[in-house]
Amino acid sequence: MSEVLLQATGLRLAFGGVKAADGIDLGVMKGEFLAIIGPNGAGKTTFINMTTGYLRPNAGEISYEGQRITGMSPRAIVKRGIARSFQLPQLFLEHTVEQNVALAVASRDGIWSPLTPLLRPGYRDEARDLLERFGLTGIAETRADALNEGARKLADIAMAVALKPRLLLMDEPTSGVAASEKMDVVETLARVLRDAKVTAVFVEHDMDVVERFADRVAVWSQGRIAALGPPGEVLSDPAVQREVIGIERHA
Amino acid sequence: MRKIEPLLAILLAGAMIAAAIAAPWLRFVLTIALAKGIAVMGILLLLRAGQVSFGHALYIAFGAYTVAFLAPRFGDAMILLPLAAVGAGALGLVIGLFVTRYRQIFFGMLNLAMSMVFYSLLEKLYAITKGSDGIRVEIMPVAGQALDRITYEWTIFGIALGLAFVLGLLLRLYLASPMGEALAGIKTRETRLEFMGVPARGVLLSAYVMSAVLGGIGGALIAMTSRHVTPLLAYWTSSGELVFIAILGGAGGVLGPFLGAAGYELVRVYAAASFADAWQMILGAVLLLVILFAPGGLWGMAARAIGGRGR
Amino acid sequence: MAEWFQDNGLLLGLALLDGLSSAGLIFLVAVGLNLVFGVLRIVNVAHGSLYAIGAYAAASIGIFLAGLGLPDWASIPTLILSAALVGAILGPLIERFLLRRIYAQEEVVQLLVTFALFMILEDVQKLVWGVQPIHHETAMKWLGTIDVPFGADFIPFTNYQLFVLPGFAIITLVGLAWFLRRTLTGRVIVAVTTDREAATAMGIDAAKIFLLTFTFGAMLAALGGALSSPTAALVPGIGAQTIVLSFAVVATAGLGQIEGAALTSLMMGLGRSVAVYFEPELEVVVPYIIMVLVLLVRPQGLFGVTETRRV
Repeated sequence: MSEVLLQATGLRLAFGGVKAADGIDLGVMKGEFLAIIGPNGAGKTTFINMTTGYLRPNAGEISYEGQRITGMSPRAIVKRGIARSFQLPQLFLEHTVEQNVALAVASRDGIWSPLTPLLRPGYRDEARDLLERFGLTGIAETRADALNEGARKLADIAMAVALKPRLLLMDEPTSGVAASEKMDVVETLARVLRDAKVTAVFVEHDMDVVERFADRVAVWSQGRIAALGPPGEVLSDPAVQREVIGIERHA
Repeated sequence: MRKIEPLLAILLAGAMIAAAIAAPWLRFVLTIALAKGIAVMGILLLLRAGQVSFGHALYIAFGAYTVAFLAPRFGDAMILLPLAAVGAGALGLVIGLFVTRYRQIFFGMLNLAMSMVFYSLLEKLYAITKGSDGIRVEIMPVAGQALDRITYEWTIFGIALGLAFVLGLLLRLYLASPMGEALAGIKTRETRLEFMGVPARGVLLSAYVMSAVLGGIGGALIAMTSRHVTPLLAYWTSSGELVFIAILGGAGGVLGPFLGAAGYELVRVYAAASFADAWQMILGAVLLLVILFAPGGLWGMAARAIGGRGR
Repeated sequence: MAEWFQDNGLLLGLALLDGLSSAGLIFLVAVGLNLVFGVLRIVNVAHGSLYAIGAYAAASIGIFLAGLGLPDWASIPTLILSAALVGAILGPLIERFLLRRIYAQEEVVQLLVTFALFMILEDVQKLVWGVQPIHHETAMKWLGTIDVPFGADFIPFTNYQLFVLPGFAIITLVGLAWFLRRTLTGRVIVAVTTDREAATAMGIDAAKIFLLTFTFGAMLAALGGALSSPTAALVPGIGAQTIVLSFAVVATAGLGQIEGAALTSLMMGLGRSVAVYFEPELEVVVPYIIMVLVLLVRPQGLFGVTETRRV
């Protein structure tokens, strides 16, 4: 648990006058589930965007497995084993769920084979297996644009997992999932990730989810890490409760 | 529907052969239709990625002029066809490197611009291209065999049909492959591709080059059939015609382009014969009717008639 | 250099004057296309046909009225009224019965619907006005010529081309900028252009704005045509030529940019007429070269704004 997988040092990024990251130092340990919580607009998604190469920090650097990845393209970063899922699911809307996941599986090998089908046994079996683990077998052949929000979210995460990352960044994995299914979904997700030995960072608003699944919690407030530690410790801190959780629980 | 596609292809080919035997002038029309169908498969590829090229007549014209220029030197269809294909592919790579940086309307307009530049060069460089008079293409030997006119026309028809079959089959495989499905992914979620480690632009560029090759082959066949090439082949209205055929045929299967091309050429010939001054108007009206009342195109109509789904 | 100028200075001066007047025409047409695209999100391929019909209608109305004894001075108002008439009739017809049906459709379908319309209007124009050149130059003759001082020399040039054409372009530019920024309807149009969803969510009557914008765009195209009619004989095909040039202007300027379209029209008008006098082979190519160069450096057009994708 003590080995650092991802290390952000002195990250800064501002949009106009808004400081989304104002000197962020954050290390992610190998094998842990790290939750990032904080008010909306605090810059949590920005952290994921910077780590995956979609945004470039104004200053500071991110290193992964000891190598600097700041300034690399999203493509290069994926190749190094960092995948992400999205707050607004990014699915190929005219493809079925199975095709979506199979494309992610195929993209590990490069998608350059032009004459053999995408749904060849190798890719199809792996996609089916993954869908089963996510409980999505029933909608494997549904087109992505016909899914409800919860299923879309899961399919989006399944695509990220299909890339076999060593680090997975998830942007609000449970938003849009019906409250009654939430714990089941997270349970499933946690099991899949533990089985695959994936380190996970997730932005989350539901404190019950955080309490139950996070090994550590980082509180992101106004572009800074206001607190960092085990959920029991951080979530009981009165300042954190006032600033973050109080708002979230009653929102 | 997908399962019986090969059967339909054979039926369509049979119908074309029968028609070509029954009426010699149809042989000419259908050869042109096959050639355009091959080129329209290239449009179909790009439509898969949600991109419309309003300039692909450039590659048809390039293929056609390749044949016209080189026929006196390498006067054999079996040499000229690959030359046209490779040349168009190379040109497609150069232009593609530029235009695949753009999407949607910019992509369409840049292709249009490229084709118009080519058109102008063909028209203005009279010393080389004979301007709008165009260049005549003589009957050429095929695979070393000197042929009389009738045999030559049959042979080109046969080559066009054979190529349509082989290329259609390859395209069908491609569209269902990871590469082809990633291409379709550009239409709906290009950014996701990048986050999966797939270079979206590379995928689009490779499809663009393929579409240029298909255009070059189609153009070469057109030159060998009509035996006269003019700059009009590259004019933007010819590019519009290709997109027209793609939509008329329906974007579902690889048979669409050929159904569309055959339908288009037949309507055009009949309209031109019956209403010499208004054939364009009739084609336009047909296009409007198809778009407004038969959104799946001819392919969609065929699919409904057979009772399957369009895709 | 100095020697070159001695020999070619007058020619260059003439080219600049010519360029200025043609830039005025290009702007009128392109700004209408741009406006329509900004609001309706449809690239109207038939925009050039409206230009052509505006030109033909103005010429034949002018000829007809001259036959009734219309005084020469009235020929300029006649041009404008003819254009307004064409736009007011065809604009609402096209928007109501054609475009309104396809706003929800894919881009390629929209493009093709206007392409079909283009094909139909091309033939309508041939059926109504025939294929013989039509020329009615009273408006230009009546205004006479002027000797434009150029260094030690004078260049004779028509007042019409020097003042009327650029004048209308400037009036349109200023009037449009004022209208879009200072009037309620104008601001609504801008709002729809920038964010359609938000604008309609705020209760803006999109149907009315679309109708209004399209009709106005049609009038501008027809005005461009009408104003061009005294300067050259009208032949079939002017619509097809005009539209590709306008595409180039719109793509180069950036979508939805009014002032950008003005500057781009000027660049292309001047570039083209300089080419006409010095390298006539390049005339048609120049606008596209400008376009490609601009888009290489600024992919969103000279004045275009990049749309950021949100993830």
